[in-house]
Amino acid sequence: MANPIQEAIAKRAAKELEHGQIINLGIGIPTLVANYVEHNHVFFHTENGMLGVEDVSEDDIDPNIVNAGKFAVGEAIGASYFDSAASFAMIRGGHVDVAILGVLQVDEHARIANWAVPGKNIIGVGGAMDLLVGARKVIVTMTHTSKDGKSKILKECNYPITSTRSVDMIITDLAVFKYIDGQLHLVELMQGADLETVEANTEASFINALK
Amino acid sequence: MKIYNSAEEALDCVQTGQTIMVGGFGLVGGPLTLIDTLVELDVKDLTIISNNLGEQGKGLGKLLEQKKVKKAIGSYFTGNRDVGDAFQRGEIEIDLLPQGTLAESIRAGGAGIAGYYTKTSFGTELSNDKEIKMFNGEEYVLEEALKADVAIIRAHQADTLGNLVYYKTARNFNPLMATAAQTVIVEVDEIVEAGELKSDDIVTPHLFVDRVILAKKILTKEGVIEHG
Repeated sequence: MANPIQEAIAKRAAKELEHGQIINLGIGIPTLVANYVEHNHVFFHTENGMLGVEDVSEDDIDPNIVNAGKFAVGEAIGASYFDSAASFAMIRGGHVDVAILGVLQVDEHARIANWAVPGKNIIGVGGAMDLLVGARKVIVTMTHTSKDGKSKILKECNYPITSTRSVDMIITDLAVFKYIDGQLHLVELMQGADLETVEANTEASFINALK
Repeated sequence: MKIYNSAEEALDCVQTGQTIMVGGFGLVGGPLTLIDTLVELDVKDLTIISNNLGEQGKGLGKLLEQKKVKKAIGSYFTGNRDVGDAFQRGEIEIDLLPQGTLAESIRAGGAGIAGYYTKTSFGTELSNDKEIKMFNGEEYVLEEALKADVAIIRAHQADTLGNLVYYKTARNFNPLMATAAQTVIVEVDEIVEAGELKSDDIVTPHLFVDRVILAKKILTKEGVIEHG
């Protein structure tokens, strides 16, 4: 399912996680991050009501243990279950340390659009808006450009935004940006990428903070 | 609290025009037996409060197919293409809420709280037309509580008093909905004698529960199966 580009992004995102943190992973590339985290290093939270998510082997699948993407998951040692209100109290209340999310677009103020596409019926939002409001740190993992080669890091999102809150970090197949003092800072190039390619594929303005 | 022998009898209180809460996150924790019976009832113009609205032609999706849904309140209808199509044709109203807001509004409904302020959805299309208020220099959105005439939910075990325990991530919205409806109907895997459930383990005390049936549809690794 996952390709090497997605794996590289997930691997880079995993480096941001600190021992003992509570982490919520979105669907897609974020889910892969768990593969690059040392066992028992962090605790994974899923908004449908579980803390202590881990992988499950085909033989051990329990159909009543799923993550927010409705995929079967396993129960880590010390795992707990709770209702949806408690789960979102954890999120909104600032008890989740890091949310790693996929996005459709991000703008130069690091605001993201990841829940709706114009021209289509807006009929789903899930937990995206709550995570943006409540997670202490938000990391976005995404491909730098869309399938037709257009920049997904824009001056302004033309899809509906998910929150007025800016994310803290953007990790793409080309580069890593941090959002500091109201501006995007290019802090790292991904393996095989160069500054020219990043500049050519980033519509948003950013500060070059490469060392 | 009364134990019923069939879903048909347990659902005899459902009427046209009512608001029905339906537990579950997709199939997980959904009251599958009660849903399949609900879709057979001769009622319409229902308002359904549920995270999802089933899948195309499955579960609550059938209710939509039969044009018995007037309004859907939930957070994620994307999994059923029929919802978007029905909305486009003007056949149903949709009230889309962030998942945490949906949960908290149900909690508030059951707890006697009329409304509350949350930061979630401020500045987005979902807070258009909602009251905004500043607290400590930050904007919050006013959200109103949700209540229902009937809630149909799923738990793992009930005792003969109606105390409930849940199983793994099948808990989700169920304990919240148990508090927020006039009549609460529960399907369970097992009914045990009062005293057999550990008091400390009971999540939903019996005062919230009106009717209990044994589940006939069970979610397994291979999908939903008929049982008993």
